[in-house]
Amino acid sequence: MADYTELKRIASQVRRDIIRMVHGAKNGHPGGALGCTDLLVLLYFKLMKHNKNFNMDGKGEDLFFLSNGHICAVWYSTLARAGYFDIKELATHRKINSRLQGHPTPHEHLPGIRIASGSLGQGLSNAIGAALTKRLNGDDRWVHVLMGDGEQNEGQIWEAAMFAPHHKIDNLIAYVDYNGIQIDGHTDEVMNLLDLGAKYKAFGWEVYECDGNNFEELEKTILAAQASRGNGKPKAIMMKTKMGYPVDFMMGNHKWHGVAPNDEQKDKALAQIEETLGDY
Amino acid sequence: MKKYTYTDKKDTRSGFGDGMTELGRKNPNVVALCADLTGSLKLDDFKKENPDRFFQVGIAEANMIGIAAGMTIGGKIPFTSTFANFSTGRVYDQIRQSVAYSHKNVKICASHAGLTLGEDGATHQILEDIGMMKMLPGMVVINPCDYNQTKAATLAIADYYGPVYLRFGRPVVPVFTPADQKFEIGKAWVVNEGKDVSIFCTGHLVWESIIAGEMLAEKGIEADIINLHTIKPLDTAAILASVKKTGCVVSAEEHNIWGGLGESIAHVLATEYPAPMEFVGTKDTFGESGTPDELMKKYGLKAENIVEAVLKVIERKKVAVS
Repeated sequence: MADYTELKRIASQVRRDIIRMVHGAKNGHPGGALGCTDLLVLLYFKLMKHNKNFNMDGKGEDLFFLSNGHICAVWYSTLARAGYFDIKELATHRKINSRLQGHPTPHEHLPGIRIASGSLGQGLSNAIGAALTKRLNGDDRWVHVLMGDGEQNEGQIWEAAMFAPHHKIDNLIAYVDYNGIQIDGHTDEVMNLLDLGAKYKAFGWEVYECDGNNFEELEKTILAAQASRGNGKPKAIMMKTKMGYPVDFMMGNHKWHGVAPNDEQKDKALAQIEETLGDY
Repeated sequence: MKKYTYTDKKDTRSGFGDGMTELGRKNPNVVALCADLTGSLKLDDFKKENPDRFFQVGIAEANMIGIAAGMTIGGKIPFTSTFANFSTGRVYDQIRQSVAYSHKNVKICASHAGLTLGEDGATHQILEDIGMMKMLPGMVVINPCDYNQTKAATLAIADYYGPVYLRFGRPVVPVFTPADQKFEIGKAWVVNEGKDVSIFCTGHLVWESIIAGEMLAEKGIEADIINLHTIKPLDTAAILASVKKTGCVVSAEEHNIWGGLGESIAHVLATEYPAPMEFVGTKDTFGESGTPDELMKKYGLKAENIVEAVLKVIERKKVAVS
């Protein structure tokens, strides 16, 4: 496996961006964004073929969809750091007249965003549609979609989960941010997911599990999933992450799902995350 | 007064199905999705001729809308198909976020709209769908009146980029518009010209309005009958031109008077040219089981009801003038 030093440096900066964006807006969703940073950095800076000169149709490119739109701070930072738009624009997140809306949308024409998300449970269907069109177009690139674990409560997810194997969609990888936490508390208290991987498997998916905060394990898992292309099965990766990673007072605490740090908490968090590429 | 006759009766949903068959042959980007109602939506031919462009989604309408929105990415033109109730009320949030707010080129095609669905009753007879759809920013809303107009509209919306709601029905009704018509989105069709009252009608109520026009002519009343097949964007110019001539208005639609075509026309009148107006539509009520004709009678959507509304609005106009 490759040297992950550079990816770690980028991830560190993205995490600083997230803390600063959410603090700057005085609201937002830092927990899940911090937990999923490694996946987005790995996809955008190593695994995906994509073009920062954004094109909605993305023919010949790998596509990424964020179904749990509330963690968009990580997506905005990753896109900016990958060159889709100026990092200075990150300062406008959640503010009036911004392209960086509270939940992602193509409505304000932000490069990199192909469909709106925020109302949960829709992204898997959207990604399946994009994967179908790739198949019709003879385009052999991949479609990636990230969902939350709390989001698995939504019924539409299971409509989509049934559809994808039936139509043999195997150019699709669905990631579940399995941090075990949703707004009201732990997922097993709010709505027990039981063995989520087994459920996807029973629906006909190829299911993997890995540590979502470990580049090497994550990459190995994604490559294994991609190697199974051709078996007619969509791929699902149960990605165990730590909400709020790596900020000690945020990790594993559902309070940080949707609360912004105050000035003191922001400084305390930033002290734990190295500035590597320069703050925006 | 132009006299309308028909030699054939067909369902508007067959206009959709035959339009889709034609689209399947001429536009390789058109794809169809159906939620377990392929026969009811008359998509059997499209499916047979384009098995790789027809997607059975099962009884899962939310997923169907989401997939359709995703399929636009890469240039496909998805037509979703199920009954009107399951095309709108059941999936409002999916349409709102994945289609309308995201401005995706999805055509939401809805059959069995309104009371004329008949015996299945109120669970299936949606009378609120036009209202829900017209409230979505950027959504085009079309409710054609017969087989030919539905077919022409189906062809036309494939050439328009953006979200469209196309509403049609189940029963067999007269075919009275030309087979070779060109459908222009947002452009009203003048069915008949008259100076005494404007009748603005859509969907199955267009034929009823034509009959009403004949009944009114016998009473010496000349009705200006305008078919607003497109509820959004509304042909404001056609509405104003007619009402400036007649001075009073009746709207006629197979939909709740709240949220329907009539309400949109009332907005035009209130802001641009106030005039007396009466509404023919369902009056804030659910439907029930029955034959289409029984239901249209019971809920006041027949030519007789249009005539009654016209006589009332003409009286109000006289009072307003005096």
